[in-house]
Amino acid sequence: MRRDRPPLAFAVLAAIGVAFFLLPLLGLLYRTPWNTALAELTASEALTALRLSLVVSVAATALALLLGIPLAWMYARIAFPGRDLFRALTTLPMILPPVVGGVALLFAFGRRGLVGQFLDTAFGIRIPFTTAGAVLAATFVAMPFLVLTVEAGLRSMDRRYEDAARTLGASRSLVFRRVTLPLIAPSIFAGAVLCWARALGEFGATITFAGSLPGTTQTLPLAIYNALETRPEGAVVLSLLLLAVSLAILIAMRDRYLRAF
Amino acid sequence: MRIIVAAGATALVVLAACSSPGAATAEITIFAGSSLTDVFDQLGNDFRKTDGSARLTFNFGSSSTLATQIINGAPADVFASADEENMAKVVAAGVSDGEPQLFASNQLQIAVGPGNPKKILGPADLARPDVVLVLAAPTVPVGKYALEALGKAGVAARPVSQEVDARAVLNKVSLGEADAGIVYVTDVRSAAGRVSGVNIPESDQVIARYPVVVIQGGKAPLLARRFAAYVLSPEGQKTLASFGFAAP
Amino acid sequence: MLSANVSVRLGVLDLDVSLEASAAEVVAVLGPNGAGKTTLLRAIAGLIPIDAGRIELDGGVLDDVARGVHVPAELRPIGVVFQDYLLFPHLTAVENVAFGLRAHGVKNGEARARAMEWLERLGIAAHAGSRPQALSGGQAQRVALARALATNPRLLLLDEPLAALDASARGEIRRELKRHLASFSGIRVLITHDPLEALALADRLVIVEAGRVVQRGSAAEVTARPRSKYVADLVGVNLLRGTAHAGEIALHAGATLRAAEPVDGEVFAVIHPRAVALHRAHPEGSPRNVWRGRAATVDLQGDRVRVRVEGDIAIVAEVTPAAVSELALAEGGEVWASVKATEIAVYPT
Repeated sequence: MRRDRPPLAFAVLAAIGVAFFLLPLLGLLYRTPWNTALAELTASEALTALRLSLVVSVAATALALLLGIPLAWMYARIAFPGRDLFRALTTLPMILPPVVGGVALLFAFGRRGLVGQFLDTAFGIRIPFTTAGAVLAATFVAMPFLVLTVEAGLRSMDRRYEDAARTLGASRSLVFRRVTLPLIAPSIFAGAVLCWARALGEFGATITFAGSLPGTTQTLPLAIYNALETRPEGAVVLSLLLLAVSLAILIAMRDRYLRAF
Repeated sequence: MRIIVAAGATALVVLAACSSPGAATAEITIFAGSSLTDVFDQLGNDFRKTDGSARLTFNFGSSSTLATQIINGAPADVFASADEENMAKVVAAGVSDGEPQLFASNQLQIAVGPGNPKKILGPADLARPDVVLVLAAPTVPVGKYALEALGKAGVAARPVSQEVDARAVLNKVSLGEADAGIVYVTDVRSAAGRVSGVNIPESDQVIARYPVVVIQGGKAPLLARRFAAYVLSPEGQKTLASFGFAAP
Repeated sequence: MLSANVSVRLGVLDLDVSLEASAAEVVAVLGPNGAGKTTLLRAIAGLIPIDAGRIELDGGVLDDVARGVHVPAELRPIGVVFQDYLLFPHLTAVENVAFGLRAHGVKNGEARARAMEWLERLGIAAHAGSRPQALSGGQAQRVALARALATNPRLLLLDEPLAALDASARGEIRRELKRHLASFSGIRVLITHDPLEALALADRLVIVEAGRVVQRGSAAEVTARPRSKYVADLVGVNLLRGTAHAGEIALHAGATLRAAEPVDGEVFAVIHPRAVALHRAHPEGSPRNVWRGRAATVDLQGDRVRVRVEGDIAIVAEVTPAAVSELALAEGGEVWASVKATEIAVYPT
């Protein structure tokens, strides 16, 4: 990569931008009780919360991929009536305060909710206070990131490749699997990472809808909030743990995978 | 050009309003545990009637979070805690001014849906498999006391969630998501109509004691002391009683 | 045998053409950009629906609007070489060629083997494992051709096959393409805006302008008797229209020409620029077509000068540089033009 010299004004502003993110992290490192850190980390609650966070965020991303890619395809390719309204609705969780999202989920899937009461009486299925509930809350707030990114990728791809595939005899499903998906793979990847990161950090909707119980629904952010009450040093250590895991995965998402063909 | 002049004038006015007026209008910030929300709002209104120029700002939250914030330099003038443990932390950190005084006490109660649809009669019923129980997190005073009370009653209850505070517990019960939760009697009273209360026998009860103290370094120590004194005064005590608090 | 009657309205384009092609000859659809050629190709390939008409290939009906028949593109036995080749960037050359075979159900191993055969036939087996981005224009074109031919289509459509190449590569590749087209046994239709491409590769031309067919015929027929300004410009001749009667042609533009041919009725009159003589004043002698004009533009082209003359009859004359200096001809200057009656080719429209 050729090394370009940036304009001074940009460099200054960018440096301030980096500091904005770097300083809280440095503050965290500064206040970490390094002597007790290892003990805190390996304490079973910390590892349980971490495991739960990873399970919930990965499950939420998987669910978002399953539902979000077809949804993005509909928004990008089919001009159905009310499309703009539906797109706005699916983007709503991005701007709603997460707690509001959690309350909305309760009203839909709670014991007395629109769909929830039916699930309860007919199947005995209860979603709040379960890990599934935590997954649902995380998916609700994180999926819009995936849908928007994949939709943008679909819109910007050259659709003539799909035409070429059709002239070679490929059915619509084959075109989607062997041509469209590989061509939008960078957007799917970027969208999935954004979605996963959002799901990992989710707090408000989770605690409102799924509650907070160690081992079942108390993900790392909830555990950190809890620890802040009585053991701030413990909270700091848990926060570092969350940061380290996130950083490791984000760094693994290298520039290479994001570049289009 | 006119826009610039107008903006400048507005900025000057705002700056003048924001700057410290000195002794002209004294103002204090009171940090208080969430269970004191309604009663302290009332106490604040009543106090303003005795001293019209005083400006009171309340910051309600979990006592442990508030204690941590105060120890880390948050600008509190008065601290009213929902338990003595968190008050002790503040005192130990050396930020308090004078001795804490107990001004009220509180007892626990079981909050259930209006009309008690699940027919919960006491702590023992909370262990029933058909009862969905929520408690406050054990790191919060009311959550800690709830676990103590259950221990005293010998009930092996399994809560499905550890909520952030008593309000969240009440919400889950009033929304119908949970069948029961353990909160203070004052909380049940404040949510009258949305929840019903079931008493906990004296033998299983845990008494919560509320101390209040003035914090050092405030800009209006006299006003802070006067407010703390008002809370402890007969009028203040009467107001506390009307909200369901018991004598300290 | 391809028999296509296509009517499509797409945006500002109003296309209404009929096209026939057999396996015996290569047909080129030639026309200016925007004429509707690509739309026609896409309609035949089944990528866009047609508003009216019928498309039939070797007895099988692909489109019949009146009966509500539309065979989707993936079921048509048609191969397409696209203008930008559109090789799948995430697949290697051999995988690109194998794509159509696999779409038709051929197992992976066999598909690859057959794809390699095609690449060898086209002389690019060495690049089988390369991604399209690593190929030169000529190599990519051959991979695109192999890909289209690998599924043994009945009809091969080529969209501006040489347009994406730079001029230096074009000649060599054109000759190669001609060979490959000759060895293909199915129907071949190519569309282009480049007359050289059309003349070099095709046996029969269909000239399309503004959504309509304006002329059909062999290259020789079309260039000898152009029927539209587009073709006339391509060939480099003057084309006029008028009504002829007893050797006199009343041009639609107003003036009159005397011609030597005994044709009557609505006619085209073609005058080669070299047949137009320029004079400083009204010439004496035999030419019966003389008129006054203004030299609008004077352009040196090689060792000849092309002069556009405006006046009663707008015409382009081709003269020597010596003649230009003799006439003291400058842009905007007055000039007299003359054409012998025998030099005017006349044929009915």
